[in-house]
Amino acid sequence: MTATVKLDEISRALGKEPLCGSLDKEVCGCYAGDLLSWVMSHASYGDVWITIMSNINVAAVASLTECACVIMAEGVEPDADTLKAAGEKDITLFSDQRSVYELCCLVGKVLCKNE
Amino acid sequence: MPDDVVRFCFDVDGDDFSSAGAASVEVKKRLRQLGISPEVIRRVAIAMYEGEINMVIHADGGKALVEVTPDEVRMTLEDHGPGIADVELAMQEGYSTARENIRSLGFGAGMGLPNMKKYTDTMHIDTEVGRGTTVVMTVKI
Repeated sequence: MTATVKLDEISRALGKEPLCGSLDKEVCGCYAGDLLSWVMSHASYGDVWITIMSNINVAAVASLTECACVIMAEGVEPDADTLKAAGEKDITLFSDQRSVYELCCLVGKVLCKNE
Repeated sequence: MPDDVVRFCFDVDGDDFSSAGAASVEVKKRLRQLGISPEVIRRVAIAMYEGEINMVIHADGGKALVEVTPDEVRMTLEDHGPGIADVELAMQEGYSTARENIRSLGFGAGMGLPNMKKYTDTMHIDTEVGRGTTVVMTVKI
């Protein structure tokens, strides 16, 4: 995907504000995955990262990969440490009830619309 | 020429997953300040993070030394953990000795060492069971 949109468009599509982090970021793509080593080596700058992981290491991986935001899917919510770490690193974090698949479709639609 | 080398040292805490990745994030920041290219930084950060996580999971922490020369970034990760009994086996993707509680955090996929090799230009493992492990990796600039 080559389209670039602002993160606030993703926020609008989700119909919610992030738990932490700014919306003034560039979104270039989307990646879904839970194995952190795998995500580390495959997610790219500007990706929306969709995962069911919620522990504090998500914040480290999000920071290292420079993804645009993390969406915790399937109703997963970050624990207090993760939220704190994400806030400190300016990682934009959403939590959503939808499935990983539904969220991928939703993000895909936003990106494709802007292509 | 010592003047051409920039060094960063980090202590990696054992069994502390809350700070795991801290050294990698710091290295990334410093390399960016030095004007290193984003692709090199990305490769260093991945290799460093995997190494850091390995030290936390398996070795109760250790030390990380990062040296930047005009030609390369060299990472030396040293621990006094249990050592690796079979390096060839440990290098295979998918092989892991991590415990179940570690796997539930999203680690232990058996990708650590393979990722470190994949994202660096050279990697050397010096290990002895009961003594510890030192991994030296370089990424050309």
